[in-house]
Amino acid sequence: MSVDPSGKQNDPEHGHPHPKHELSYHAKRIYAIRELLLEKKVITREDIQTQVEYQEARSPANGAKLVARAWADPKFKARLLADPKAACAEMGIDATSLNEFVVLENTEKVRHMVVCTLCSCYPRPILGRPPDWYKSLNYRARAVNDPRGVMREFGQELGADVEVRVHDSTADIRYLVLPLRPSGTDGFSEQDLAKLVTRDSMIGVVDALPAIPGAPKNS
Amino acid sequence: MNESSGRFKPGDRVRVRAEDRPGHIRTPFYIRGKIGWVERVHGEFRNPESLAYGRDGLPKRPLYLVGFHQAEVWDKYAAPKDKLFIDIYEHWLDPA
Repeated sequence: MSVDPSGKQNDPEHGHPHPKHELSYHAKRIYAIRELLLEKKVITREDIQTQVEYQEARSPANGAKLVARAWADPKFKARLLADPKAACAEMGIDATSLNEFVVLENTEKVRHMVVCTLCSCYPRPILGRPPDWYKSLNYRARAVNDPRGVMREFGQELGADVEVRVHDSTADIRYLVLPLRPSGTDGFSEQDLAKLVTRDSMIGVVDALPAIPGAPKNS
Repeated sequence: MNESSGRFKPGDRVRVRAEDRPGHIRTPFYIRGKIGWVERVHGEFRNPESLAYGRDGLPKRPLYLVGFHQAEVWDKYAAPKDKLFIDIYEHWLDPA
């Protein structure tokens, strides 16, 4: 979606024609609400623009930075597990909008997986907006009663000796999974480690990406 | 976080209330009536059942991380070690 940085309503054609799209019922409704809020001076166009930029700025890259640092620095990992919000602040990630934030550490014997069966609770400051599948009824139902089946669909088969712990985030707590550091990543820079940390690995439906054999260790 | 605020402590066995009523509820239907244990005391939070209607959510309610054995939640759940954890407010829990 492109956004006019000035926040003003410009000439819709601005010099060249655009295809005409009929807005959906919900789109019309939200625009009507926006115009009312502006007209009644509840919010300004600048407020909307600031919020759009804030929402867009939050992405799984934040989470990947946290995970890569935790992999590279055991002391940081201890701080991340003990006080996740303070660890975020240390990395310049604003997690203050989260009421409570808990990091779940995966091990060889334990894998965590996060769902919100009631709606779509998600650690947005750390991971951005949730993917559509996270909000789907299918995921929300099956994450709790067949987590291994869900993981299998994401390409991960877990052995019977591994314990799966599903977290249904129903209240004020937001959860982030700290995936296992892939083997073969000794000597990787934090930047290279972060490339292995996918959004899905921080929701817990799969492990982080494997290190590609022969890839340069430092970039 | 206030570890001593609620009536339950980590390790206590609890049963989720099997109530049903209209309105905004944060206790998933599938877990009502099930027995688990308090894994962690999260602290006290405004009550979403009141916040959802524009009220103040006060008094704050203790919130717990409650653990369940998957095999005790679902019929035919195969992996015996697997667990489920849910954040549940104190007024939805009874001693078990």
